[in-house]
Amino acid sequence: MGKVSVIPFGPQHPVLPEPIHLDLVIEDEKVIEAIPSIGFVHRGLESLIVKKDFNEMVYVAERTCGICSFGHGMGYVEAIEHIMGVEIPDRARYLRTIWMELSRMHSHLLWLGLLADAFGYESLFYQCWRIREQILDMIEESTGGRVIFSVNKVGGVMKDMDSAMLSRFLDVLTDVEGQIRTIRKVFLQDRSVQMRLRGVGVLTRQMAHDLGCAGPFGRASGIATDMRIRGYGAYGDLDFEPIISTEGDSYARCQCRIDELFQSIDLIRQAVGKIPAGDLSVPVKGNPDGEFFMRIEQPRGEAVYYVKGSGKPNLNRLRIRTPTFANLPGLCETLKGADYADVPILVLTIDPCISCTER
Amino acid sequence: MVKCPENELIEITKGELLSKCMEMKKSGLRFSQGCAAFWDGRYELSYSFADDETYEYKTLRLKAELDEEIPSITEIIPTAVFYENEMAEMYGVKIRMISLDFRNKLYRIEEEAPLLPKDARGPLK
Repeated sequence: MGKVSVIPFGPQHPVLPEPIHLDLVIEDEKVIEAIPSIGFVHRGLESLIVKKDFNEMVYVAERTCGICSFGHGMGYVEAIEHIMGVEIPDRARYLRTIWMELSRMHSHLLWLGLLADAFGYESLFYQCWRIREQILDMIEESTGGRVIFSVNKVGGVMKDMDSAMLSRFLDVLTDVEGQIRTIRKVFLQDRSVQMRLRGVGVLTRQMAHDLGCAGPFGRASGIATDMRIRGYGAYGDLDFEPIISTEGDSYARCQCRIDELFQSIDLIRQAVGKIPAGDLSVPVKGNPDGEFFMRIEQPRGEAVYYVKGSGKPNLNRLRIRTPTFANLPGLCETLKGADYADVPILVLTIDPCISCTER
Repeated sequence: MVKCPENELIEITKGELLSKCMEMKKSGLRFSQGCAAFWDGRYELSYSFADDETYEYKTLRLKAELDEEIPSITEIIPTAVFYENEMAEMYGVKIRMISLDFRNKLYRIEEEAPLLPKDARGPLK
């Protein structure tokens, strides 16, 4: 038996965009156990329900995260709309879906860049983020924002995309699709990359289920669950299947996310082809009275929005369970038995977002 | 395509908590989330389970007094550890035997039970 020691990893580490701390119990170069701790960026967003009414809370929900901001706003307003029995116009459902998929694309491209940087491919990192800029430009043109879109409201959306803009976006997406095909070859066929990712941090389907893994992290282990199948937004009108892999390793997680980029492009094409004309929102009267658990598919997986109101302008409770919160136990499991040198890659493969985890 | 099945709320007693969680686990459901709320002078604890094939969502709802001790479910569902620590830190829920107890410092908040209304904090002490 080798010497056992504990190595602190984070909260400040070059590979970590956000702070999480892991106590890594190491025997020689192998990780025996990982004990996580968070609490470095808790902002107490949920406590703002006593100060902000349910309409103002949309802006708070959007600020839960700087990457999946749109999804948080969408999950929150759809939960409130469910309680209040508000049926939004069809055009608003489609617009939300298009923005959600653009948001997923920029999140996945950001992650691919970070992964490339982590295994030492800096030019690949630049390529991923250069492609991501084209997505951000479309988001900026259609919403006015690149980080916080601020287009959701209870009852619909606040901005529209006309047919000329949508047509132009489809052209850009065709260009982006070609570029993603090029970088896909490097991520999935390059020998050095495969050596860093294949067989690293394997999680079986049963383990992923027992550990409550969400999103691409779980789908890479064969869990065919995607909250978009539930049919919220306009997803119920679109044709798609969850993208899964059965390998359960870091390579499979990378593969799932790259293939989800193509899926997002396909969903946007379908949505643009079907988007009806009409209003952007409906008037909303009264206050929410009731409770609901709304689940949506964020780029990192299932996010749960629990809202409870009692007929007053202020909610009684808002609880946002983010995908990273659900994926932390899975991360600790993948680290067991891993080489110490693989820890940064493994931490990245859950696509951690600590700010939204802590809220 | 599944069309948003409604949430199912199942009210349980403290004595039923562990057996109901075991029942959910044995029926193949995934533990999705746990959280606390304060309602009508009591805690409302929610333990939600998801069926990943039918997309059904079942939530066990336990109502508890503020000074009541609640057994941890981490023995049955180890992934509940962060959820239970959050319930304890944010609302002051007294949860016994959490497998990894951060002792009200998961989020490192100085204030005790910050989400519990100030006028309800008396029984905590």
